[in-house]
Amino acid sequence: MKSKSLLNIALVGNPNTGKTSLFNQLTGLNQKVGNYPGITVDKKQGKCKVSEHLTAEITDLPGTYSINPTTLDETIVLETLLNEKNDSFPDLVIVVAEVENLKRNLFLFSQIKDLQFPTILVINMSDQMVRKGISIDIDTLKKELKSEIVLISARKNIGVDDLKKEIENYENWNTEPVANISDKIDSVFFEAIETAFPEFSIYKSWLLITQQKNCDFLSSDLHRKITEFNKDNEKIKKYQHKETVYRYQIINEILKKTYSVDKNEATDLRSKLDRILTHRIFGYIIFFGILLLIFQSIFAWASYPMDLIDGFFANLSELAKTNLPEGTFTNLIAEGVIPGVGGVVIFLPQIAILFMFIATLEETGYMSRVVFLMDKIMRKFGMSGKSIIPLISGTACAIPAIMASRNISDWKERLITILVIPFTTCSARLPVYAILIALIIPDERVFGIFNLQGLTLMGLYLLGFTAAISSAILLHNVLKIKTRGLFIIEMPNYKLPSIKNIFYEVVEKTKAFIFGAGKIILALSIVLWFLASNGSSKFKNATEFVTSQESTNNLSEKVLSKKIAFYRLEHSYIGNMGKIIEPVIKPMGYDWKIGIALISSFAAREVFIGALATIYNVESEGEDVGTIKERMAAEVNPKTGEKRFDFATGMSLLLFYAFAMQCIGTLAIVKRETKSWKWPILQLTGMGALAYVVSIITYNILS
Amino acid sequence: MGDTIASLLIGEIGIIQDFCLDAIPLNLLEMGCLPGKEVRLLQIAPLKDPLYIKVNGSHLAIRIETAKQINITKLL
Repeated sequence: MKSKSLLNIALVGNPNTGKTSLFNQLTGLNQKVGNYPGITVDKKQGKCKVSEHLTAEITDLPGTYSINPTTLDETIVLETLLNEKNDSFPDLVIVVAEVENLKRNLFLFSQIKDLQFPTILVINMSDQMVRKGISIDIDTLKKELKSEIVLISARKNIGVDDLKKEIENYENWNTEPVANISDKIDSVFFEAIETAFPEFSIYKSWLLITQQKNCDFLSSDLHRKITEFNKDNEKIKKYQHKETVYRYQIINEILKKTYSVDKNEATDLRSKLDRILTHRIFGYIIFFGILLLIFQSIFAWASYPMDLIDGFFANLSELAKTNLPEGTFTNLIAEGVIPGVGGVVIFLPQIAILFMFIATLEETGYMSRVVFLMDKIMRKFGMSGKSIIPLISGTACAIPAIMASRNISDWKERLITILVIPFTTCSARLPVYAILIALIIPDERVFGIFNLQGLTLMGLYLLGFTAAISSAILLHNVLKIKTRGLFIIEMPNYKLPSIKNIFYEVVEKTKAFIFGAGKIILALSIVLWFLASNGSSKFKNATEFVTSQESTNNLSEKVLSKKIAFYRLEHSYIGNMGKIIEPVIKPMGYDWKIGIALISSFAAREVFIGALATIYNVESEGEDVGTIKERMAAEVNPKTGEKRFDFATGMSLLLFYAFAMQCIGTLAIVKRETKSWKWPILQLTGMGALAYVVSIITYNILS
Repeated sequence: MGDTIASLLIGEIGIIQDFCLDAIPLNLLEMGCLPGKEVRLLQIAPLKDPLYIKVNGSHLAIRIETAKQINITKLL
């Protein structure tokens, strides 16, 4: 066999083994996140130079305890290892194990080894062996496992070069299976399998049979053949059990010869920390304290970069307008593309900071304690303790949050989590809240300490969570989905977070936002620009029409041009759309101009502000008036002569934005994750109806 | 009525006897929760569920209805 110049390597291992640390060491910043064909889980890949002549493409597969999947993430591992037609079907597999949990890690190793891939065992955190009193007879272990073994410490970058050296030689690795399961379970049955599928290794055939429902990639012929073996469900289950017991028997025998722990290491930091962090009172106090700290920091830290970004894009737009030749193209760049990109970038500080905190809490092992603490409470709402992480992430952006729900193994709990996430107050709602609150809530203190505007904002956050929880209870009672309530979570050791890992995690989540929501925001900004700058014949003849009117005869040129601009907006495509929906939104207290902003914010909520700014900018007579806020404050309702954004309209808008599902990016992700249009449509209509009704009631009570 | 993991007190150890295969997810077995193994109850969550156990070297949290399906004999 001729050596390939680009190797496909799959990185497999239990969660919390430092697999991702090793991936980061091997690939550095040469990482990309792609999609697996047909399914939606992100695929993390990176290039690694193994030697002068050998480059490898490394795929970091989701952490799993076994090849038999229980979650969507874990299904990827199965598919990657079984489907030869998969782009990342590995030439060799690296199994990452952790020195303390070697027994359980070897379970997964033995499965992969039995698939007869060239497989190497990497034992991570070997620098802690002395401290934990562990000793391993590596030479014997190599012989027993019929594999090469490398000791590394990924975080300290020890042993990574040894690993690369071993990989160079992968063609000479032993590919014999380590556990011969067929004889121990039912040799007659397995002989029949072997005869039926001579093209596969026996363990691969067995996996195809037991995991048939998770193997979408099989040809229909093969499916039929497999179904023949799959008739007796009871028997299959019993054999899987036998297989597990047998694998552990072999592993225990091997480890008895090669692995020993000096049990005298009694100082147990872990149990002390556990006792405090999962305490029935302190546990919750600490958790809510941490949450408070996180949100406080997001507000304190994110506002500076956000202001800078805001100013930067405004200047850039101005610069483009003055320096490029006049024309449609320049307008597209200055009024469509640049504000569109700016509208995406502005959210990065908040999203990055929140995910930095979440990644830190996950890295330290604390998140598992929160899951443990919250599971029973969340179950009352039809969710799982594991729903906590997606729900917190939702306060940054619903898109990465929905993707974070993948490790919830129960489908009903996962579905409810996905459906209610969009109620949490995401960062796109904040600019809308901020400006409306500034308009309608006085900047006063109550009881001398609490700022009224701040309290309102907090109230909206709580409202979002309350809406999420209430709709979860409703869904829990309405959805007729059978649930087995399966839930297992590992409680990993506490460790200090690795800055490198946190950094890569933040990069990954931020990318998910940019490519999930960002490109849609950008595309729709351009569409909106087009709709606002084109229209029917009235739009095209705006100048003639306005100047021909008598009332405009003695107006200054500046006022006249603004009048023309307003007339244009009114008769642009988007103006027409605003007018069409006016009867529908009137009960909520809105006019066609707010209607335009509502339509615009279907791209993403925060576009609301920009759209209103554009509308009132073209409309304002005389000199340009100050900030968006001042312009909105000056706007008058022609029918009543009162302020347009009075308390009733403002509250109605606030509540509309709190409840309505106005994010195409999220809808697209929900479709991908649930593989059905049913659920995003339910979100869109359900949340929309709720928002509509609540806003109408609010407006009519308050006005 | 035999003991299950759910009847352990904090700090107590039991030996797993058997369980109904239908009620126990395969991946719990694969994480080492098998007949003959020692299981120790480390913590109980504030609302009496889930349970935090150590079994076969793994630290895991499982829900009480799963714990009730796993028969054990208590070690004194």
